[in-house]
Amino acid sequence: MDRIVRIANGQGFWGDSVDAPVHLVERGGIDFLTLDYLAEVTLSIMQRQRLKNPQAGYARDFVELVERILPACLEKKIRVVTNAGGVNPRACRDALGAVAARLGARVRIGVVEGDDILGRVAELEAAGADFRNLETGESFDRVRHRLSSANVYIDSFGLAKALDQGAQIVLAGRVSDPGLALGPLVHAFGWGREDWDLLAAGTLAGHVTECGAQCTGGNHSRWWEVPDLAGVGYPVVEARPDGGFVVTKQPGTGGMVTRETVAEQILYEMGDPRNYISPDVRVDFTSFSLEEETRDRVRIQGVRGMPATDTYKVSFSYQAGWKAHGQLTVSGPRARLKAARVAEIIWARLAAAGCRFAHTETEFLGVDSCHPGIGADAEAREVVLRLGVRDADAAPVERFGKELAPVITNGPPGITGFAGGRPKPQEIIAYWPALVPKRLIKTSVHVEEAGV
Amino acid sequence: MRVRLEQIAWARSGDKGPNSNAGVLFRHEPLYRWALDALSVEVVGAHLAGIAKGGVTRHEMPNLLALNFILHDSLGGGGSESLLNDAQGKTHGQALLRLEVELPAGLEAYVDRLPD
Repeated sequence: MDRIVRIANGQGFWGDSVDAPVHLVERGGIDFLTLDYLAEVTLSIMQRQRLKNPQAGYARDFVELVERILPACLEKKIRVVTNAGGVNPRACRDALGAVAARLGARVRIGVVEGDDILGRVAELEAAGADFRNLETGESFDRVRHRLSSANVYIDSFGLAKALDQGAQIVLAGRVSDPGLALGPLVHAFGWGREDWDLLAAGTLAGHVTECGAQCTGGNHSRWWEVPDLAGVGYPVVEARPDGGFVVTKQPGTGGMVTRETVAEQILYEMGDPRNYISPDVRVDFTSFSLEEETRDRVRIQGVRGMPATDTYKVSFSYQAGWKAHGQLTVSGPRARLKAARVAEIIWARLAAAGCRFAHTETEFLGVDSCHPGIGADAEAREVVLRLGVRDADAAPVERFGKELAPVITNGPPGITGFAGGRPKPQEIIAYWPALVPKRLIKTSVHVEEAGV
Repeated sequence: MRVRLEQIAWARSGDKGPNSNAGVLFRHEPLYRWALDALSVEVVGAHLAGIAKGGVTRHEMPNLLALNFILHDSLGGGGSESLLNDAQGKTHGQALLRLEVELPAGLEAYVDRLPD
């Protein structure tokens, strides 16, 4: 028997298209809908929301979405798997229950927990965990006293277990992004914890689709060749029990699925391609073949995996000072030269006012802010001057915000574009990656009926 | 023949902690084989010297006809501490495609004409 399971991803990050998941459900023909709402800083924002309100700390957008799609999902038997639970998946479940009750529906909701270790840091260190910085090797002492969130990237088997128990919506917090697709495949095909090649295939499928339309024509190098980007279709994976899968999109949607759109996304955020580490498996991204089957269908097979590591990655966030940005539009002639002079004037005035910053940045948008050192194609007639400051102390950062507007009248001529008021200091929530032994982390799954 | 990399290749970039990666991808195997020599870490490192403050390293992906470059220390610290306009390296793939290269005569058939 060659059963096919269809998984669509309708949300690549918190802030992605609010209509994409609705369109995927309306068009149908899918078994699972995955939705990614978490970035590194998202969880620290959610921790703060929960401190103020014990019923907050999850992705509110998801609850609004469920209000739009729940009846169709239940009717079409589309099951939803998401990390929208944030740091409070139980509160998210309660909110979904209220939505279901309002809609006169009944729904089985699964909650996967165990990733949030903010309250367990001391206990885990006592048990042998060493949270030194995974990238720099710095000691955890630097940040231990100012943490604002701590979440483990847990594996996909909790998601699968919730689906095994009949959940129609699965709410998790910090699972790996590709795991949102792998979990349903583990559930549907009964893949085991040591089926490394199959787990690798499911992880690759999740990696291809985790950024939504980035594999269906979004962010494509040759953007002018992509048909109807306005109506771009979000990705659908058709997976088989043997680990082979096809990347496609729903008929009648815009965008395109080609060897290049899929391969580009495979390269996204790639480190060493022979050793892609997920909580479930290590994937060899040089192992598989990729071919265009027919229009908008790309087949991937032969993915090889290796045994998973004995650690999970942990994402800590911590308070790291303050920053602010401000912009001014400087028009020509000699726009670039003039913008550089304006920057000098502003920095000199701030120095005269006694402001010291840990770091400053001066960039020339329209010239080379994105590609410094490569050279501009032609002289710009107008340049956006972008200044930024960072410091542990909020006071000089606040003062910086007051020093931009004055140059419009007391600097060189032809400066405009000072919109939106004085730049305000923003709190910097920085990210600290580390590892934790898997034996110290236990995940749990609860599935309950909610609604009427 | 002098061409821009964008006429023969595709690219995608993203962030990885304090670094970014820029993967470059070819459609035709002869171009990939040429690129193994032509797109050395020295050539790409010099082109991206203003971005990759810590130099570049390279991984080969023959199954995709792709090369993955890691651009070290390219994000002004990375994450939310960065003050850069492109704090996530979203545009570094486009920067790589601006590289001008000398293509041997035998490979000219693979050069695409791009719209102005």
